[in-house]
Amino acid sequence: MSTAYVIKGARILGGDPADIVVRDGVIAEIGANVNTEGAEVVEAEGLIALPGLVDLHTHLREPGREDAETVESGTRAAAMGGYTAVHAMANTDPVADSAGVVEQVWRLGREAGYCDVQPVGAVTAGLKGERLAELGAMADSAAGVRVFSDDGHCVSDAVIMRRALEYVKAFDGVVAQHAQEPRLTEGAQMNEGEMSAALGMRGWPAVAEEAIIARDVLLAQHVGSRLHVCHVSTAGSVEIIRWAKSKGCRVTAEVTPHHLLLNDGLAASYDPIYKVNPPLRTADDVTALRHALADGTIDVVATDHAPHPVEAKETEWAVAAMGMIGLETALSVVHEAMVETGLLDWAGVAERMSLAPARIGRLSGQGRPLEAGSPANITLYDPSPRRAVDPAAMASKSRNTPYAGLELPGRVVATFLRGRATVLEGKLQ
Amino acid sequence: MNAAHRPDDPAETRVTGRDSGPDSQQKAVLEGPDIRRALTRIAHEILERTKGGEDVVLLGIQTRGVTLAERLAGALNEVEGRPVPWGSLDVTMYRDDLRLRPARAIRRTELPQGGIEDRVVVLVDDVLFSGRTVRAALDALNELGRPRAVQLAVLVDRGHRELPIRADYVGKNLPTSTRETVKVLLAENDGRDAVLLGPKEEK
Amino acid sequence: MKRHLISAADLTRDDALLVLDTAEELARATEGSMKKLPTLRGRTVVNLFFEDSTRTRISFEAAAKRLSADVINFSAKGSSVSKGESLKDTALTLEAMGADGVVIRHGASGAPHRLANWVKGSVVNAGDGTHEHPTQALLDAFTMRRRLGDLEGRKVTIVGDILHSRVARSNVLLLNTLGAEVTVVAPPTLLPVAIDTWPAEVSYDLDAVLPKSDVVMMLRVQHERMNASYFPTVREYSRRYGLDAERMARMADHAIVMHPGPMNRGVEIAAEVADSVRSTIVEQVANGVSARMAVLYLLLGGSEPAIGKEVSQS
Repeated sequence: MSTAYVIKGARILGGDPADIVVRDGVIAEIGANVNTEGAEVVEAEGLIALPGLVDLHTHLREPGREDAETVESGTRAAAMGGYTAVHAMANTDPVADSAGVVEQVWRLGREAGYCDVQPVGAVTAGLKGERLAELGAMADSAAGVRVFSDDGHCVSDAVIMRRALEYVKAFDGVVAQHAQEPRLTEGAQMNEGEMSAALGMRGWPAVAEEAIIARDVLLAQHVGSRLHVCHVSTAGSVEIIRWAKSKGCRVTAEVTPHHLLLNDGLAASYDPIYKVNPPLRTADDVTALRHALADGTIDVVATDHAPHPVEAKETEWAVAAMGMIGLETALSVVHEAMVETGLLDWAGVAERMSLAPARIGRLSGQGRPLEAGSPANITLYDPSPRRAVDPAAMASKSRNTPYAGLELPGRVVATFLRGRATVLEGKLQ
Repeated sequence: MNAAHRPDDPAETRVTGRDSGPDSQQKAVLEGPDIRRALTRIAHEILERTKGGEDVVLLGIQTRGVTLAERLAGALNEVEGRPVPWGSLDVTMYRDDLRLRPARAIRRTELPQGGIEDRVVVLVDDVLFSGRTVRAALDALNELGRPRAVQLAVLVDRGHRELPIRADYVGKNLPTSTRETVKVLLAENDGRDAVLLGPKEEK
Repeated sequence: MKRHLISAADLTRDDALLVLDTAEELARATEGSMKKLPTLRGRTVVNLFFEDSTRTRISFEAAAKRLSADVINFSAKGSSVSKGESLKDTALTLEAMGADGVVIRHGASGAPHRLANWVKGSVVNAGDGTHEHPTQALLDAFTMRRRLGDLEGRKVTIVGDILHSRVARSNVLLLNTLGAEVTVVAPPTLLPVAIDTWPAEVSYDLDAVLPKSDVVMMLRVQHERMNASYFPTVREYSRRYGLDAERMARMADHAIVMHPGPMNRGVEIAAEVADSVRSTIVEQVANGVSARMAVLYLLLGGSEPAIGKEVSQS
């Protein structure tokens, strides 16, 4: 069934044009005079070829909130965004805290076929933070879970966190911490600072994130475990992670596209489209995050794609759901925030949106360099057009994008998953 | 917004006191001495019609009507040798054309000591045009008390009434077209006395 | 374009003075015999109260009725934020009723701002969460002006739970617009962390500020703040930040004491202070009606609002 493709004239990682031949799910050949026999031609002049993007942090909402997103709709959105693998977060209903649920999600991903769905397992049973979930069973399941997270909730109990960090070493797992000290953020609505003071909204102090990260890097150091920090949002967190890495701590970190582009000034509209966890921070934080991503202190960009139905956002800020969708805009936002600003080249983008997340998630067939023999997971990106984001045109079931109407650069033209086109000419296949 | 001048016609609202110096398009139909004489004559007429001005209260309609009421009170005092009570009336809140323009600042309504109960109230305004301001003033008066009689004195009657209202005392009858504007300038408000006739300003 | 009064910051200095001047004339008119003005005849004002506040609702109701507006009281208490009743659905209902103005009181900061996106009429914020209460600030400024004259350069001290106070937020903004010098006094726990970005001086020491103040505004302190460890005990709060007769005696002779109500007598304000000649607390209630009449008149009286700010439709 697998069609052969020759991708003509693509700029690999933004470099010189070359042709890429894809056969039998792998990259057969890259170069100038390639064997194009029997291959369908994909004109890619001016397009940038990147290894298929890998998201470490996606909410697919299934099972439980199929009104917001399903594995199928979420992976369609992922493919449209240039992704070939996503990590599906565990805060579903039921919670992905058992082998049964993670296998269900994993299977739904395989059936949908738009990209690999790698379930994330909950750290604690029911995300309650009280006792460990069956981490080993999830690791041993067909889903082969390696990333564990209570995302949406912080594993705030230091003992539970220590045990989780230690326990997952047995199967080379990693705990991805949602760093949010719960008592400091009770009822919190937005970043605590000048804007929250003016808007009369309960503040979400940076220290609530930083204190947990500081504790966790010390714990990880102490027990010699891998730690991954979800959605780093403050300049102070960057400093702590930088320090921890300098001490040899095995910590990795992610930043979301929205934290690279948006700041808390947007809350002045009281439009909860900008309500997200962790909250949008100050412009200074945005600058620090961009530089941390550029210098490698932050390893990856992860979307924290969080779909919500319209009614969850068309409300007063205080009762609105937290989160924004991001799969279909991530690459354009990174382009705008990091490439246009000269902070990152396309090889750097590939590292942070494909190679590093696959490494952290221990996905063997994803995030491979674009070279002969690699699985043919390829994203073709046209960097030239600038266009206003149109929520109605999105593949996600939800519309809660903060970029509606905002002009962003670039467009994903094609996505190949193991040699099969999931997106061609900007359209789902 | 500037609340200096409130003629009857909404089209005239741009005409404000201080910046409305004479320009080539406008001609003075009354000058200072004419206005003085007109007021003196009105004062005499009031005394005649009210049998010596007993019980008369002058109520000037904001803004220039108030200035005219004060001057009339002075003229009455000169003739009769005793003070005549006068006050101010703001009719903004009673106007029937509020919805046609942005909400305006309101000005003071101040009755003289003794009020208007059982008195002869003479409303004083600068220009009588559609009659709507006077109607609003009558409504406002209704809230303030029950005068024995209400009369109307105006410096200029320019015609074009839209309501069955007429003035008891008129300084000057001035036939106009609706394409014209009439501006009353008073020294206290505008730095000089004059009544100007000119073409309607383009909106 | 529809304009609204959602924040005291929506008012320019000219706007604010226009409201105060209008309130002054309306107060004189209604103190005299003009109990009722026909100005808003045919206009519909909806009082949309998601929070219990009989005082504020009655004040707005009286203001609207004295201007002859049709008043619809829409008490949405119970359909509170926690219950998830959609504000948008309520807004659509109001639209169907043809509300020219909506006076909204809501427990969530920013709810009036959201409502302004969904209704065609002018929105007046009658208190939203811990954000703002602009008509309270207007009536306070009006009260100060009636007692003290022009506010330019006047020293106003606001004491109490600044962090959670919508009255404080609106007052700081409006008084700054009007040229007054504001000092906020509170225990550090009850000040926002970014208080240094406000156009106000900050002090933790009431006694140091009192003698220099022309106005001392005491805010209600809620017992639940004690339970959340914002301060140790009511007794300690009262001792450090309450206004008693002894402290009042150290104020300048002309200085006044204000309180937006409802008071906790014996906590932030002693009974003899509340009932003293310096106290404007009763006047504030009467002035509230005049200030709100002015706001309603200026927003709804003409072909378009004469004050306030547009809210971009989203």
